[in-house]
Amino acid sequence: MTLANGRLALAFHALFIAFILAPLVVVGLVAFTPEAYLSIPTTRWSLRWFHAIWNSDFIPAFWISIYVGCASATIALVVSVPAAIATARHQFPGRDAAAAFFLSPLMVPHVVLGVALLRFMAEVGLTANILGLIMGHVVIIMPFTLRLGLAALTGMNRHCEWAAWSLGAPLSVVFRRVTLPMIMPGLAGGWLLAFIQSFDELTMTVFVASPGTTTLPVRMFQYITDNIDPMVASISTALMLLAGVMMALMERVYGLERLLAGKGEE
Amino acid sequence: MASRVAPYALSAPAAAVLAAFMAAPLVMVLLLSFNSFTMATGIQPGFTWANYVEVLGDQYFHRIFGRTFLLAAVVTLVAVLIGAPEAYIIHRMRPPWRSIFLLVVLGPLLVSVIVRTLGWAVLLGNRGLVNAALMNLGLIERPAEFMYTFTGMAVALVHVLVPFMVLSVWASLRRLDPAVEAAGLSLGASQMTVLRRIVLPQAMPGILSGSLIVFTLAASAFATPAIVGGRRLKVAAMAAYDEFLNSQNWPLGAAIVVVLLLAMVTIVLGYNRIVERRFRQVFQ
Repeated sequence: MTLANGRLALAFHALFIAFILAPLVVVGLVAFTPEAYLSIPTTRWSLRWFHAIWNSDFIPAFWISIYVGCASATIALVVSVPAAIATARHQFPGRDAAAAFFLSPLMVPHVVLGVALLRFMAEVGLTANILGLIMGHVVIIMPFTLRLGLAALTGMNRHCEWAAWSLGAPLSVVFRRVTLPMIMPGLAGGWLLAFIQSFDELTMTVFVASPGTTTLPVRMFQYITDNIDPMVASISTALMLLAGVMMALMERVYGLERLLAGKGEE
Repeated sequence: MASRVAPYALSAPAAAVLAAFMAAPLVMVLLLSFNSFTMATGIQPGFTWANYVEVLGDQYFHRIFGRTFLLAAVVTLVAVLIGAPEAYIIHRMRPPWRSIFLLVVLGPLLVSVIVRTLGWAVLLGNRGLVNAALMNLGLIERPAEFMYTFTGMAVALVHVLVPFMVLSVWASLRRLDPAVEAAGLSLGASQMTVLRRIVLPQAMPGILSGSLIVFTLAASAFATPAIVGGRRLKVAAMAAYDEFLNSQNWPLGAAIVVVLLLAMVTIVLGYNRIVERRFRQVFQ
């Protein structure tokens, strides 16, 4: 049963949605203008700036972002699955402390993590090394893979595991043939969410980025602080399309509402 | 099914990653903030309070920290005032619309902050759409300054962070049975009374935790203030960035970051204590 929203509420809602969408729509419109400066409102449209992307240095930055995102999401997933099993399935002294520690990166602002990573990489001789950047991203996105892993483990039917075990399957087989397939949607959703977090990350990365490790958001930030032109808007438009594709993927493998609704619960 | 060491062995890889790449670097930053620095010699090991004396004593840094926390407070307040009603409106929608608008509001969280901020830079520029619209309506004669102003920073940052508020309030409203509201109305309570006595108490935990999320993210925000505020209106994160990557005075930058973190932790803990005292019944 639902109560209808009043006219005033709907007017407020319309304004709110307009506020949310306005900057994104404007970026999308600017991307299709032909001039070299911001020229909306206009009646002339062109794909010129989308063509210009291909010969720009945004392309290598894009591939670095993809690489860092895939690597860090995969590492984060691989280390957080056993951690999720430990905290979801075992009672042990220090369990609460361990769970809090695993989620603690959420509490540290990215600017602090960026400064810390910069200092760390300088101290251990990893300056400008992409490995250091990847591990920094692993720290930031691990809470997300862990949380999705935990949700999948606590949400699954354990009787299936017990049935397999009682029929004589060794623990390793139970995990591989029963547990893993059952938690796979949660893990896939966690990987996608972690990837997009890494792909979009700017504040930490900007501190450690060097010419070989400049990710797409960092390159865009450097570009925008110099000048704003339709080219960077067309890249942004491409990124919004990519986010749309990611949303559709997440909806397929896990359910977008469940994924996003889990994101803000600190 | 489990031996006694198993959970520790399972936790070890994740714990090791966090210890090596988060805990150890944080300790290094703390130590770094006590080192000294001169242009000629670079970073000198040793122990000095000089960086903290500079950050806490200098007018320049007072202004930066004052601006940072004022911005965070304004953004949080506006996010509550527009985010909480929107969450309630979405909560009251019928099924297909509820999911659709929830996704419209939360979807931007999956788009880089840089893209969303770029949108505001385009909208708020001197020849941007907001100024064009205001002038067409005859509300102003000359373009108003939004870029490189506090207002511009606040508007853009509210846009970036308000989804967290909507999400948080919406999550706590999910436990609200609409039948309770209907009962209140049928028993003769006015719409206002139902809002104040039934909906608001239920939304309160979400508003409080959402405020905490928005405040901490706003106080440490970097990209949006850097692009919309520019160099004229530096915030703490921007000041740290400048010390590390432009002036190369790492110890001073480290001290800025430590002070920012301590100030945030103090405010959050103080907020928690007040909230616990005033809203104890809400959390039961």
